[in-house]
Amino acid sequence: MDISVYQITWFVLCSVLWAVYFMLDGFVLGTGFLSTFIAKNDTEKRILINAVGPVWDGNEVWLLTAGGATFAAFPTTYALMFSNLYSALILLLFSLIVRGVSFEFRGKMEGASWKGGWDKAILVSSFLPALLFGVAFGNIFRGIPMRNDFTTLQFSYEGSLIGLLNPYGLVTGVLFVMLFAVHGALYISLKTVGDLNKRATAMANKLWPILLVVAVVFLGFTWPATKLYDNFIKVPVLLIIPVVAVVSLLMVKVFAGKNECGKAFIFSCLTILFVVFTGVAGLFPNLLPSNLDAASNLTIFNSSSSLLTLKIMTAVALIMVPIVICYKIWVYRIFRARITEDDVLTNPDAY
Amino acid sequence: MNVVTLSQLQFAATCMFHWIFVPLTLGLSIMTAWMETKYVTTGDETWLRMTKFWGKLFLINFALGVVTGITMEFQFGLNWAEYSRYVGDIFGAPLAMEATITFFLESVFIGVWIFGWNKIPKKTHAVSIWLAAIGTNMSALFILLANAWMQHPVGYVIRNGRAEMTDFLAVVTNPYGWIKFSHTLMSGYALAAFVIMGVSAWHLLKANETDFFKRSFKMAAGWAFVASLLVAVTGDFHAVEIAKNQPSKFAAMESIWETKRNAGMCLFLIPDSNNECNAVEKLVIPGMLSFLAFHDTNGEIKGLKDFPKDMRPMVTPTFLSFRLMAGLGTFMIVASFVGVILSRRKTFIDNRLFLYVMVFAIPVPYLAQQFGWVVAELGRQPWIVYGVMKTSDAVSKSVTATQIILSLLGFVVLYGFLGAIDIFLLVKYAKKGPAKDTSSILDMKGRG
Repeated sequence: MDISVYQITWFVLCSVLWAVYFMLDGFVLGTGFLSTFIAKNDTEKRILINAVGPVWDGNEVWLLTAGGATFAAFPTTYALMFSNLYSALILLLFSLIVRGVSFEFRGKMEGASWKGGWDKAILVSSFLPALLFGVAFGNIFRGIPMRNDFTTLQFSYEGSLIGLLNPYGLVTGVLFVMLFAVHGALYISLKTVGDLNKRATAMANKLWPILLVVAVVFLGFTWPATKLYDNFIKVPVLLIIPVVAVVSLLMVKVFAGKNECGKAFIFSCLTILFVVFTGVAGLFPNLLPSNLDAASNLTIFNSSSSLLTLKIMTAVALIMVPIVICYKIWVYRIFRARITEDDVLTNPDAY
Repeated sequence: MNVVTLSQLQFAATCMFHWIFVPLTLGLSIMTAWMETKYVTTGDETWLRMTKFWGKLFLINFALGVVTGITMEFQFGLNWAEYSRYVGDIFGAPLAMEATITFFLESVFIGVWIFGWNKIPKKTHAVSIWLAAIGTNMSALFILLANAWMQHPVGYVIRNGRAEMTDFLAVVTNPYGWIKFSHTLMSGYALAAFVIMGVSAWHLLKANETDFFKRSFKMAAGWAFVASLLVAVTGDFHAVEIAKNQPSKFAAMESIWETKRNAGMCLFLIPDSNNECNAVEKLVIPGMLSFLAFHDTNGEIKGLKDFPKDMRPMVTPTFLSFRLMAGLGTFMIVASFVGVILSRRKTFIDNRLFLYVMVFAIPVPYLAQQFGWVVAELGRQPWIVYGVMKTSDAVSKSVTATQIILSLLGFVVLYGFLGAIDIFLLVKYAKKGPAKDTSSILDMKGRG
């Protein structure tokens, strides 16, 4: 088969990996930064942390896989994306590091200042990745100021950390924060009982209108700020993707309003997946466009690995990803029960 | 300082910090799995208490290994963009495979193991720690195959302005990688066993839970002795690979300036890089070096003078690190051998001096491994991919020195803080000793 078939396959696979990462870590991040506002005491905080406890690490691996897949399939994009967005990604990295250890450390000692300190750490280190991922993707959609010459292999970047905080980047950042907030609130209500459950559902319902407003602003702003709509105008059938995203977003409210948080959560998953798919469908075949000149765009064609590497990676993905999905589903089934006060108070292994 | 030096400094700092936690994870995951298997097969509750106690330390340590690992994957793109672009066609694949095949296995089943007590059958629970341990150990294979390609590149061709893979099988069967993997894995097992022995010795000195800690010590001593011996054996094979494929590294490890056959090994030696010779050479074992390098006393060892000055690694730190690693490794073999003998005796806990030594020996394998990595990575310089790409050509062009200084400061502060807390918690839980009561685990009714 022609190499472009594999390049397109890996464009789709990388998009799916990133989308699934946001869907899975989205509720962990959301639960993390909402815990400060939803939980009223230490036991409730622990219930929330234990609700994500068995799965957060496995969910984060989707990020490593998405990063690793981008590296293996599109090394030039991996190299230039990470080095050009250096400072923002370092901040993101620090947040993810703190987030992981906070879950682990918080319950290892007693004392209000110890736990309070880690609570603040969880708040900040869950909020920042949500915002920064949004800002990063906003800037990817918009293009970053880089000049690349693929014949002389000269690559340069003219942007800065402050430059990333442009209005469109920030709107996308807020969009991610709100998506993950609603997603997290629904996850909490799915995993808790009683008063905590009621508060989480109420929170999801309260946050949803804000999410809707941000989503409308994002979709509108995307028109002047990016070239994402070009592909949809060229191939109108692609519009099904944003339509699914919008319909899912509306269904979230329908079910959350009826207190059916399980269904609302499923639609929230779909919303996140299809928001990401909308973005990447608009990007295709670009992976990271330049906003200086189109010849500098990093595309799946000018930044991919060789045919042999793409073939090997395709075989690995076809074998491994279904296996991973199978055992992940098994794990979610084992831990599907809601977490009660009794669980965290009597289990010596709880976080 | 320039971008290259700063990038190297940051990579070394984050990598060495990561490596404080990884080897204990490698070893303790397997040993915890072993203990739980013993519990499941014998029903003996002491094995269960051992699983819980050592497993707790494993988890506290594991957390920091995981989060500092994210840095490693990001950093290739962040600081080494030219490298990532140039070799990504080969280097990216093992990294992606590491994540897909092993990280998922490790992270998902760690979650099952932590939260699955009482929720899943005993046997399934034991299987989950085995899967996590296998994931952890296999991840070392993939990353070391990637590293081996930097040390001894195989199965590639320079094409389209970069290195492209031509033979995937050659990359994954690179003997350099498999030897390094076994060397690293065994050193991880030895390190974990030394930690168990050290903590057990501390409790035995205080006569806490003597049955529990005697059994732990005895088990760990066996592991430590076998693993330390295998570290030496695989290290010997490794040296042969280095002599064959990385002559400049081998010359720096042994501080050999002149090319010679039948080269002897000096037990006492002080290098003098400025004058391209050794200031002191005493106690020479004739032919020993040629024998170590080629298993043939007549083998020709290349001297550093055969390489232009800018193609040599820094001699003194490479040489010293190698000697320190080997010396500490020898200590480990001797100490664990004594441990095996003494821990079989009824009067074991009367050997107070030995127990003290074992408490203070906990840092020994840690230091040996750090020195080992210094030899491996410093000895490869000035190459990032030996003979293919120089480190100075590999850094990100769009990253400024100021950005790296800031991120490096951030890493130092953040890692320093988290590392201190983690070690504090490890010490706290190690001193606390095992839980008296396992009824909450044994109650299999569950609280689902």
